[in-house]
Formats: sequence, C-alpha cells, structure tokens
Amino acid sequence: MVDEAGRNLRPLTLHVPEPKYRPGDTVSFDDMVFPAAGSVARPPVDADPATMRDLPYTLIRVLDADGSAVGEWNPRLSTDRLLRILRGMMLTRIYDDRMFRAQRQGKTSFYMKCTGEEAVAVAAAEALDRDDMCFPSYRQQGLLIARDWSLVDMMCQVYSNAGDRLKGRQLPIMYSAKDAGFFSVSGNLGTQYPQAVGWAMASAAKGDTRIAASWVGEGTTAEGDFHAACTFASVFRAPVILNIVNNQWAISSFAGFAGGESTTFAARGLGYGIAALRVDGNDPLAVYAATEWAAERARTNHGATLIEHFTYRVEAHSTSDDPGAYRPADEALHFPLGDPIARLKTHLIALGEWDDARHDALRTELVAQVRDAGREAEKQGVLSGTAFNHGFETIFEDVFETMPQHLKEQSDWMAEERRVAGV
Amino acid sequence: MTRMNMIQAINSAMDVAMERDPDVMVMGEDVGYFGGVFRATAGLQKKYGKTRCFDAPINECGIIGVAVGMAAYGLRPVPEIQFADYIYPGMDQLVSEAARLRYRSGGEFTCPITVRSPFGGGIFGGQTHSQSPEGIFTHVSGLKTVIPSNPYDAKGLLIAAIEDPDPVLFFEPKRIYNGPFDGHYDRPVSPWSKHGSSEVPEGHYTVPLGKAAIVRAGEAVTLLCYGTMVHVALGVVEEAGVDAEVIDLRTLVPLDIDTIVASVEKTGRCLIVHEATRTSGFGAELSAQVQERCFHHLEAPIERVTGWDTPYPHSLEWAYFPGPVRIGEALKRVMKD
Repeated sequence: MVDEAGRNLRPLTLHVPEPKYRPGDTVSFDDMVFPAAGSVARPPVDADPATMRDLPYTLIRVLDADGSAVGEWNPRLSTDRLLRILRGMMLTRIYDDRMFRAQRQGKTSFYMKCTGEEAVAVAAAEALDRDDMCFPSYRQQGLLIARDWSLVDMMCQVYSNAGDRLKGRQLPIMYSAKDAGFFSVSGNLGTQYPQAVGWAMASAAKGDTRIAASWVGEGTTAEGDFHAACTFASVFRAPVILNIVNNQWAISSFAGFAGGESTTFAARGLGYGIAALRVDGNDPLAVYAATEWAAERARTNHGATLIEHFTYRVEAHSTSDDPGAYRPADEALHFPLGDPIARLKTHLIALGEWDDARHDALRTELVAQVRDAGREAEKQGVLSGTAFNHGFETIFEDVFETMPQHLKEQSDWMAEERRVAGV
Repeated sequence: MTRMNMIQAINSAMDVAMERDPDVMVMGEDVGYFGGVFRATAGLQKKYGKTRCFDAPINECGIIGVAVGMAAYGLRPVPEIQFADYIYPGMDQLVSEAARLRYRSGGEFTCPITVRSPFGGGIFGGQTHSQSPEGIFTHVSGLKTVIPSNPYDAKGLLIAAIEDPDPVLFFEPKRIYNGPFDGHYDRPVSPWSKHGSSEVPEGHYTVPLGKAAIVRAGEAVTLLCYGTMVHVALGVVEEAGVDAEVIDLRTLVPLDIDTIVASVEKTGRCLIVHEATRTSGFGAELSAQVQERCFHHLEAPIERVTGWDTPYPHSLEWAYFPGPVRIGEALKRVMKD
C-alpha cells in the first residue's frame, strides 16, 4: 500500500480470535498435550516466585490414567478425606440436576450448573480451613456443599421462597452464607476479587490467622477488578488465594477472548510477582494439593497465589443460554481431562477402598437426600409472579440499617397501592 | 415495510448503517458469532466480517475505551454493553472521556460512538439485570440519551444515533423486545406483529434525536414517559377513560421541551412516569422544567410515578415496578380539583 508520502508499506491486519471448533465441526483435542501426572516438581511453600516461573506454563496433575496418585504434589489424603471429596462432588452434581429441572418446571427463574467443575470448588474447600473466607463467583455452589451447608437453605434461595434468608431479593444461585464463610455472590463480574484481597489484608493487619480465597472464570480475568486485585495482592503480600476457573467458555466467547491464545491464565501472576500455579481442574487431588500449598504459603506470610484450574464447562452457561448455537454439541465429550467424579472414583477403586456397588449406593443415598431437601424447601413455596413469598415492606428493609424518611414514605405508598390493587 | 419486533428492528438498523458506511462497526460481549445474548447482532459478523463485528473481552471499560479510540481514528463504533447494569466499569471512559472529548480538544477530536445497552426490569433479572440507570447519564454534560418504545422508533432512532456526531447512549427496554407490555404481569403480552409500530421500512430512515412523539393526543392531562412505560401509561389512560395527552420522550438529552411545554400549557396538568428510582431520577428534571416554564398554567401539583428508591428486587419485582395501579392512583390525584 502506497501512503501519502509515497512510501510503500505493508497494510496492517486486525487479529480477531476464533475458536477451533464451531457447531457441525469434528472435534479433536489431540493437539492439547499435557505433562504426565506426577512430573511437575513441588517447590517449598516459601519459594521466591522468581524461582518458579515455569509453573504457570505447565499443568500440575496427580491422578494418572490408571487412577494412581503420583508425584510430589500427591497430597496423600486419608480414605475418609477422599470419600468426603467424592461425596461433595456427587452431591453437588445431583443438587444441580434437581435445581435445573426445577427451573425447567417453572419453579424458579434461573439456574446455573457447575457440571465438570465440581472439583474446583469441593476439593479446594476441603484444603482450606472451615473459617477461611471464600469470595466465590456464581459457579462455586460446591463450596457450600463441601462445608455441609443446608441444601434446604440453598434451595429456598433458588426458589426465592418464604425460607429464603435473602428475602427473595437476589437472582437464584446468588447465595450468601456468612456462617459458611461464603461471601454474598454478585451478578457483576470480578467484583469479589479485590474484595477477597481486602478481606485478607484486613486479616493480616489485625494479626488474625484466617486467609481468603476467591474464584473467577477465565473470561472475568479481562475485567479491571482482576488486575486491581492482583496489584493489591502483590503490593501488600495479602494472604489470599486467587483462583481462575478456566472452563474454556464465557457464555459464547472462548478463552481466546480473554487472552488465552497468547499465554496461560496462570501466567498473569508473573507480571505481578505473585506465585502462580496451573493445575488440572478435573483432578481433585491436584486441586487439593495446589490449594493446600497456596494456603500454607499465605498462612506463613509469603503472600498470594494465583491458581489457574484448567477445566471445561460441560453444560450451558445458564438456563438462559443455548451453547448449541456456538460450539459443537459433543465438545465436552472430547475434552481430554475426563470427569472429576469418575477420576476420583477410579482412584478409590484402585486403592481398594471403593467399588461400583458402594458408588451406586452412595448415589442412591444422595439422590434421596436431595429429593427430601427439595420437598422440604418446596413446602415453603416456589417462585411465581403472582404468589408473593415475602411481605411487600421487605423491599424497603436493608437498604440502610435505619430506614430514612423517604423510604418509610414510599413503603406507606406501596402499602396503599397494594390495598387498592387488592393484593 | 416488514413486520419487526424490537430486536429485529435494532438488528436492521445496524445492518443498514453498516451497509451504508464501512466505518460503522459493532463490538461487545457475545455479539459476534453468537449474535448477542438477545440476538440483536445476529448475522452481522457473517455479513460484514470479523473485523467489523466481533466479540469483546469481558471488560466494559475496555469496550467503551476502545470505542473512543476507534472513534478518534475515524470509525463509528456501536459497542454493546450486555446489560445496562454492567456499564459501571465503563463510567470513567464515558463520563471523563467520551462526553468531553470534543470540548476539551476544541473540536479536534470527536466521539461519534453509540453505546447500546438493554435496560429495565420485568424479566425476573434481579438487581443486576433490571436497572434503569438513564438518570446517571442524563446528568453528564456531553452525552445524548435515547430510549425507544417501539420497533419503528427503535430502528429510526438507532440509525440517527449512529449517524450523530456525538456520543449517544441508546438504552433498549428489554421488557418490550418481543411485545408492548402494558404492565399487567398476570396477562399475556400481545406480540409486536399486532401493533402498528411494528411496520418498519426495510431500508434507511431516521427518527430525529431530540424530538418527542405525541402517542395519544388529549386535553385533560399531559403524561410524560419513555420506553416500556409508554405502553403501561397508554393502558392506564384507556382503562381510566381520561383524555390524556401521552408524550413518548424518545430522547431524554437533548429534551424536546417545546412539545412538553405546549402540551402542559394546553392541559394544565402533568404526570411523569419512569421505572428508574425516584430520587434524582429523570422525572425530577422533567418536573423542575415543567414547573419553571408552565407554573402559571398548572392546575394541580406535578406527579411523579417511579420505581422505589431500593435495589430492584427479584421475587417482588411486580411490587417494585411502577405498574397500572401506581400510575392509576397518581392519575386520579393529578386530575383532582
């Protein structure tokens, strides 16, 4: 191209990322090569980030193809602990299935499953202390389940019913459970990340012993909040674990639209001088081991760790989404890291601690537990546009601690309005 | 003419604008291959290519900031913010940059961007998918704010916004994407195909910014509204049998004050309706301007009907929404004496 000054220059081109496969394409992840389980070295928890700059570019894996736990990252968990993780993941999946069906039956407005990503929340919760503070995104229901939170309480929130402690104010699945160390879920992306850093800084400033952990999807790493969090976490060496759940898809946008074509998400930590790990997110033992390492590092005042969990969003983004419109329907089946529940089951069987019969019996037990919880929750109502589960005056409560005059006035106006309407 | 719903009309507006002007381009979360979570950009990437319609990283500051930079180059970007509730990370780029670029550079740099964003409640979206933040933007000098209420206007206003030389916020009332909702949440909504304003020309036309529409002429009271509330207000007026003049503002900034003043001088009464929260809402501005200009013609205090000064609740959204009862009672009050 000849410009105004007569110079013959090559025209620029704009790069716009494109996922490998679209609907109708034949999927193959053969080019996705991972290091063998057990092959990545485990540095001491007080290691200088400058000495482990390779970790964000590899993949920490513990469970091999035969279900054996191998290598330095093997957390050597007791059978009881392994069974707790298995149970938590299975319960999360069964809970998701029931609540998804409830949405399809018109009992609530919205639902989001975490199918395939159960390990990321459940195994991490097991590696944290019960009083460590979690700042989740909308897909870490497994944290609550791993912390033995009441399923009925969770369901009541999804149904916005009379038993919903959040008084029907929040979109379904945007739980809040302070007693479970589970921060109120926001609908805005990434806002919880700097908040987790702030909570951790407060804990450090007060000489407390508790640490914080947060989760975002890989798509959310594009938000400014992510970078604000990393900056503060680095500057103040905050005792926080910053998790990135790389499930490959942000609604219809593949990870390339968050920068995944150019580098790994774990590598975001390098520029901030934060320790960064990249783990097989479908390997519950790898998730546990990475979280345990990061937690110990934080507890010993060595600062924050960024952990990328490499996984796959098996289901739709939400009940409002149709992934068949933008990715091959069978892509999840080809994802090479398998299923976290199946992998842990295989491991337990290999250890001689488990078998198909006990697995089926556990599933039957958990299905019954979820069914019973569902019946209990539905006794307190389900969402509907015409059956109001909470008093109208509750709209005006909790805007402030003390209700100002203008809200009292508006509350009175609404009472009059409902009287006129005969509701 | 073709029958279109709001989504199809908005899609058609971008299609027409992109066809006519190679500098018009569209970007935003999920707008490319997928065509947007509400399907507003469906087919645009296929037709105009990936460098004129593409997905953006999830970063609203980036989406708007990059649009400002593209405009500085000479393009006419039409960025989409997926829900108006997500626009806040982009506030600095909008308020400090887009809105003031022409002013601070003495006209050297301009910012002809059109930020589209679905807004408003009534879809059980909870507090992060229901807000009406238009009043925040009308408060900022240098931004135009446009809100259509039907397919014909949506297409004509959006083309006018894209062709406008200054930054425009184009808020789309998502509750009426598929049909003119009258506020009776317990009744079925009739589709746009049964409504006259769904007759939309296939080609280019504009509905000028800054011009209100008198959607129902009347003598007894002036009703000021926009977006979804136009249809709720019309329903209330018919049910009440009041000879109201219903004005659809269509553009909040610049405001068609002449049409408003002429109407209020005629009727002597004014009722303002919006879904957004009350305090410092756009209704306060309308009330002030009507009072300043029509004081001697007013026969009753100006009434405002709004959403409550609370976050938008999920399950009680119909108790929050300024529906037919709230508007009907206000109409009775303003018609007294």
